[in-house]
Amino acid sequence: MSQWSGDFWRRGETLGEHLERRGVSRREFLGWCGKMAALMGLAPLALDGGPALAAEALAQKLGALKRPVVIWLQLQECTGCLESTLRSYDTGIGDLVLNLISLEYVELLMAAAGEQANAALEEASSQEHILLINGSVPLGADGGYCTIGGESAEAVLRKAAAKATHILAVGACAYYGCVQAASPNPTGAVGIQDVLQDRAVVNVPGCPPIGGVITAVITYILTQGRTPPCDREGRPLFAYSQRIHDHCPRRAHYDAGEFVSQFDDAAARQGHCLYEVGCKGPETFSPCPAIKWNEGTSFPIDSGHPCIGCTEKHFFDRMTPFYSKLPTVPGLGLERTANRIGAVAVGAALGGIAAHAIGSAVRQRKERIREETVVSLPIVGAGEHQTLRETDES
Amino acid sequence: MTTAETKRVVVDPVTRIEGHLRIELEVGDGAIKNAWSCTTQYRGIEVVVRGRDPRDAWAFTQRICGVCTAVHALASILAVEDALSYPVPVQAQLIRSLISQMQILQDHVIHFYHLQALDWVDVVSALSADPSETAKLQSELSPSWPLSSAAYFAEVQRKIKESVSGGQYSIFTNGYWGHPAYKLPPAVNLLAVAHYLEALDWQRDVIKLHTIFGGKNPHPNFLVGGMACAINLDSDVTINQVRLDQLQHLVDRAASFCEQVYFTDVVAIASFYPEWFRIGASNPNVMAVGEAGALLSGTPSQTGALQPGLLLGGDYHTVVPFEMGKIAEFITSAWYTYPQGDEVGLPPWEGVTIGRYTGPKPPYQWLSNDARYTWTKCPRYDGNPVAVGPNARVMLGYAQGLTEIRDLVDDSLRRLRLPADPSLLNSTAGRMFCRALESVTTARRIRASFDSFLQRIKAGETATFNPARWEPSTWPAKCRGVGWMEAPRGTLSHWVVIENAAISNYQAVVPSTWNSSGRDAKGQMGPYEYSLAHGGDHPLVEPSKPLEVLRTVHSFDPCQSCAVQVLDDAGTEIVQVKVL
Repeated sequence: MSQWSGDFWRRGETLGEHLERRGVSRREFLGWCGKMAALMGLAPLALDGGPALAAEALAQKLGALKRPVVIWLQLQECTGCLESTLRSYDTGIGDLVLNLISLEYVELLMAAAGEQANAALEEASSQEHILLINGSVPLGADGGYCTIGGESAEAVLRKAAAKATHILAVGACAYYGCVQAASPNPTGAVGIQDVLQDRAVVNVPGCPPIGGVITAVITYILTQGRTPPCDREGRPLFAYSQRIHDHCPRRAHYDAGEFVSQFDDAAARQGHCLYEVGCKGPETFSPCPAIKWNEGTSFPIDSGHPCIGCTEKHFFDRMTPFYSKLPTVPGLGLERTANRIGAVAVGAALGGIAAHAIGSAVRQRKERIREETVVSLPIVGAGEHQTLRETDES
Repeated sequence: MTTAETKRVVVDPVTRIEGHLRIELEVGDGAIKNAWSCTTQYRGIEVVVRGRDPRDAWAFTQRICGVCTAVHALASILAVEDALSYPVPVQAQLIRSLISQMQILQDHVIHFYHLQALDWVDVVSALSADPSETAKLQSELSPSWPLSSAAYFAEVQRKIKESVSGGQYSIFTNGYWGHPAYKLPPAVNLLAVAHYLEALDWQRDVIKLHTIFGGKNPHPNFLVGGMACAINLDSDVTINQVRLDQLQHLVDRAASFCEQVYFTDVVAIASFYPEWFRIGASNPNVMAVGEAGALLSGTPSQTGALQPGLLLGGDYHTVVPFEMGKIAEFITSAWYTYPQGDEVGLPPWEGVTIGRYTGPKPPYQWLSNDARYTWTKCPRYDGNPVAVGPNARVMLGYAQGLTEIRDLVDDSLRRLRLPADPSLLNSTAGRMFCRALESVTTARRIRASFDSFLQRIKAGETATFNPARWEPSTWPAKCRGVGWMEAPRGTLSHWVVIENAAISNYQAVVPSTWNSSGRDAKGQMGPYEYSLAHGGDHPLVEPSKPLEVLRTVHSFDPCQSCAVQVLDDAGTEIVQVKVL
């Protein structure tokens, strides 16, 4: 609560009330609005009274602004991302929904159901709002794999996105489909950016992401008035620009060649490096070691389990078997050339969704800033986990 | 079909649950005449785990649900260990029990305050309460609970008032405030709202027990053969004295909130709604394989005080022994097909699932014209629809004469001025009450588990992993196993077949599948449907405001992502998916 108890605009107050509380006088506010009105070319519109009236009108309009309206959709998913949000400490969920935003549609927590819930969604969708999405969109069965209020997940998403000012795809499902998109992707699950191809989508990867990261993306927008800078896959730099391995508290043991070779062995009991038992930290970009989980309590490596790479795209295909050490993990070990990617793309075209997945992977690849990235392309119907290594051209 | 006297009502989305659930109703004379429970999401995770390393399966199946985030991972690991005849060190078993028991406590509290309470608690009414009255009530209910001053409740009231004063209602938008079915006095409403906020802080704290042992929550990490967290009192990154002190605090905080706040709140609130102990009875059959949080491998046998068993046909005194061979799954109302014919029931070991959506192309208005209307299959025990969950466990314990259960039930019913009749527990309020009751018994269990864990460490018992069967070279060429867990929502089982070191078959039979299933081959309704429609007298005063429906459906604590789980076999049809 602390960081919001000071000057922050809060608790359903209007901007006018907020400024008053902060000791900004009505006169000062009107003066500022006058300058703004002139800047925005509003003065000529005032027929009589000139700039003073325009300033008054603007002041009235701005003064009535309230907490940002937020819609939080849950599509094809497990609710783990919202549960993670409930665990956020720096911005508690109570503070978030009561003081910072007006969360007018969130199936997990909202009082209304059925008709009343759908009416709340429609009302919130008709105005400017921030849209968060947990979950993927299943494209199979004509939308029959996931419906809400009798509408397909895709239709619900498109309607809610139309007037959204910011779109945040929260969690591995919203990013690319996560476990249900793992080979053979039985429902044709895809991520939010794959559906909303012409919109800027901020991706917040993780299965789930750390609660504090989810709320920080929201408060970043509230405090900075814009989405955080992202890499070319739409991942906020403040959370996803570092490899776990580079900040791992066990890194010194890796450098010294001190490895756990079997769980609960003497090395495990001294907290040595988990590389030999399958840790995917060297291939995983995530703030786990920096922020840790549940109020900085721990993170998987701290608790003796190897990282399974859950912030990485297609980790259920690329990072498995989870307990095989990195060079022998099939998803990471198969070297393929750009020509081979092309061949697979042509071969998979009949597979439908796989063709799409390749299309988006190639599109995203061009935009990447990482030197080398690996993607996995589960081929529908192929019955095996086909993976590719992709080398950035830049 | 509807008649002149009945009207169709759809509740979709059913909110404050996990997953996607739609309830279709026919309503007349202020009561529900017919009901259909429709799960509207499918993911096919068991299809995905086929061909994978069985040691990885926990991570895949854990993603079935992020609310009961540990239970599928635990059941999966137990199934694999059963298949591999893999013994696990006692300390690892105790760590798993602590995780499981904490999951029960945290899940039950979140369910009551954050998912269910708004069906019974009018937030708007709380704004007009006299905080000193609430303070008086709090000190009567729990004399030693510290947050009980009038100033504290006045501050809670101010927070809510300020939040809604600008005309923005956030999660309270379009709620059923002022509905005649709300009966709590303002002071009790304020008490519940204050504890709604307290429970938000509590749940994110106590769950750190998962983080210490499993590295994170939601979705902590597990390990076939034990646990990955090493115990070493003399290292700084293992389970050491600092961690033990933290764990002790978390166990104490979790237990005391359940004992002093959650249970007393539920009894206090229920005292204003005694008629709901006679509304919403499900099919008169209940089943459990152990007490809340119990973890079992193979054929269920007694693990704690409670023996596996059932109560059938409304006889709540005679315990029927549990036989796992009597479980079969039907698909008559679900969007699947069986090569053997869609009317048969298949036991989990021989189960087959081929997903085939035959419902209307969305958007649609009404699903249940068709015989198939849900993604949830119909598990049946010896042909019977059975309800699972806290009230099944409590009713079974009562029938088995467990003193701890009998005392809590009889004493509470007396305070509620109700007869000491266990059949009252099969009701909407009964399910809510039993959930709170077993948070008290589970609070005692988690304290005992932690004491045992500490004593064993003191005795030098620190092993958390057994390497004996880790390498696939030690595994039989073909084997199968089953793992059981009494999860927050009831009996959960995972069934695995392993061939040549890879999963060849996998199925989860899940609590919400038992409870939310639709009609079976005999036309018998599943528990959600039965509880709403069987008597024809379940109230629904204003069809456009389904508050009473939410009460009964929420009393089961629906978890619909869990409810839809399918087995795969060689016959699985991979759907053709259109390109965007």
